[in-house]
Amino acid sequence: MVSSDDIRDLLRDSGWLTVDASELSENDDLYAAGLTSHGSVNLMLALEERFDIEFPEQLLRRRTFESIGAIRGAVAGLLGGTAAA
Amino acid sequence: MSGPFARGASTAAEVAGRHADSVDRDARFPAETFAALKNERLLGAMVPRDFGGEGASLTDMAAVAHALAQRCPSSGLIFAMHQIQVACLVRHGQGSAWHRDLMARLAAEQLLLASATTEAGIGGDVRSSACSVEGDGDGDDGGFRLEKQATVISYGVEADAILVTARRKPDSPPSDQIIVPVLKDQLRLEAIGNWDTLGMRGTRSIGYHLRAEGVRAQIMPLSYADISAQTMLPVTHILWSSAWLGIASDAVARAGAFVRAEARKRPGTQPPGARRLAEVTARLQTMRGMVRGAIAQFEEASGSPDRLTSMGFAVAMNTLKMSSAEMVVRIVEQAMLVAGLSAYRNDSPYSLGRHLRDAHSAPLMISNDRVLGNTANLLLAHKDNGSLFG
Ligand SMILES: Cc1cc2nc3c(=O)[nH]c(=O)nc-3n(C[C@H](O)[C@H](O)[C@H](O)COP(=O)(O)OP(=O)(O)OC[C@H]3O[C@@H](n4cnc5c(N)ncnc54)[C@H](O)[C@@H]3O)c2cc1C
Repeated sequence: MVSSDDIRDLLRDSGWLTVDASELSENDDLYAAGLTSHGSVNLMLALEERFDIEFPEQLLRRRTFESIGAIRGAVAGLLGGTAAA
Repeated sequence: MSGPFARGASTAAEVAGRHADSVDRDARFPAETFAALKNERLLGAMVPRDFGGEGASLTDMAAVAHALAQRCPSSGLIFAMHQIQVACLVRHGQGSAWHRDLMARLAAEQLLLASATTEAGIGGDVRSSACSVEGDGDGDDGGFRLEKQATVISYGVEADAILVTARRKPDSPPSDQIIVPVLKDQLRLEAIGNWDTLGMRGTRSIGYHLRAEGVRAQIMPLSYADISAQTMLPVTHILWSSAWLGIASDAVARAGAFVRAEARKRPGTQPPGARRLAEVTARLQTMRGMVRGAIAQFEEASGSPDRLTSMGFAVAMNTLKMSSAEMVVRIVEQAMLVAGLSAYRNDSPYSLGRHLRDAHSAPLMISNDRVLGNTANLLLAHKDNGSLFG
């Protein structure tokens, strides 16, 4: 299972954003919060490591990482479960 | 060249060729070329017919940039840079009244568009800005101000409008950018540098302290991150590469003319440069195939934001830039070995001095090292699917 807070924690500890991830809502635009394409690659690698998953090529696009909700949806899909609230 | 724009392109290319030496020598804007292009209605050709343009494709414009660059690389590169801005406007501006008006003017008046992405302290990292849009007005009628230390703007003073990148708001992070077309009468440009370079001298890529004022409605609605991924980055690399291919084609054409002239003098014996010509022709074919392949890949993906913003597509377009920038330098060098001293002279019909100087701008126009670094980062995530046709 993956929760929005799991992703928030990961983002907060990473330094990829220019704002505090704890204050981000589910749908806030992460790119407006400072996420760069360089950052999104590292975010993907961290998610793969943390959840023991592999992102397929068709998910490697901007939209997948645009918000905490989008990331949670993608990770949940890859875990084969449903997204937790 | 063939196709619907062939006649106009060859007229403009002929004019460009006639003035190429003085453009290069005096580092001046190729005004004659651009008068001809306006006359042939090629500057606004990509504007859809509904807005008064010709609905030309990127393939059409790549062919024109290539044809111009064969005769005058500065003209070809300026045409390429202009069409990059047109592509952004045409592909992302149709949903907004202000941008539809600009498109119609572009077609009717054949406006020339320039670009200010490069910024002091940031250099070629186009996906970061230091300057930001300022002004408290909200909504489309609200005003904005923008000040940028734009260290390189090609043909800045000759342009009718400049597309400027900036952070969305004064408190936005460097990567949260917008792009806004600013009209000449909304702009003040104060030169902060000179343009006395080895090559591409006709682009007059001077640095300016840029000050702009306008209304918020003219900020492009889509974020620059998306415009860059879907249009500016691929179209830039395709049109730059097409211009560089023009330099390479003409270098090989001059080498070929030299070898044929030698062969005529001594029928029956193969001139010493002939094998070198075969070698460099192979390289030119490779480069041509690469550019054509990238254009086809863009045209196939062009209606799908998902495909355009995928990592695989970005890797393909970045590698096009790096490879074609390296190849154009290498091809001109090899062509020079074919004709030897005749190519080395500045006063010979086989001269390749200007080709060599112009070609050397390619690897450092957004440094190949920077593109390599970005691509290396994408490859940490991207896995090539290994199929021949993607
Ligand atoms: C003919 C010509 C016309 C141009 N016209 C315009 C224009 O109209 N508008 C505009 O905005 N810009 C224009 N430019 C500028 C261009 O877009 C780039 O900004 C410029 O070439 C500098 O890019 P850079 O990345 O090398 O620069 P910098 O960031 O200044 O880098 C300098 C050097 O540092 C090294 N370097 C930097 N970053 C990295 C990295 N991440 N990895 C490895 N090495 C690195 C490279 O060796 C690089 O060459 C033009 C340039 C040329 C040559």
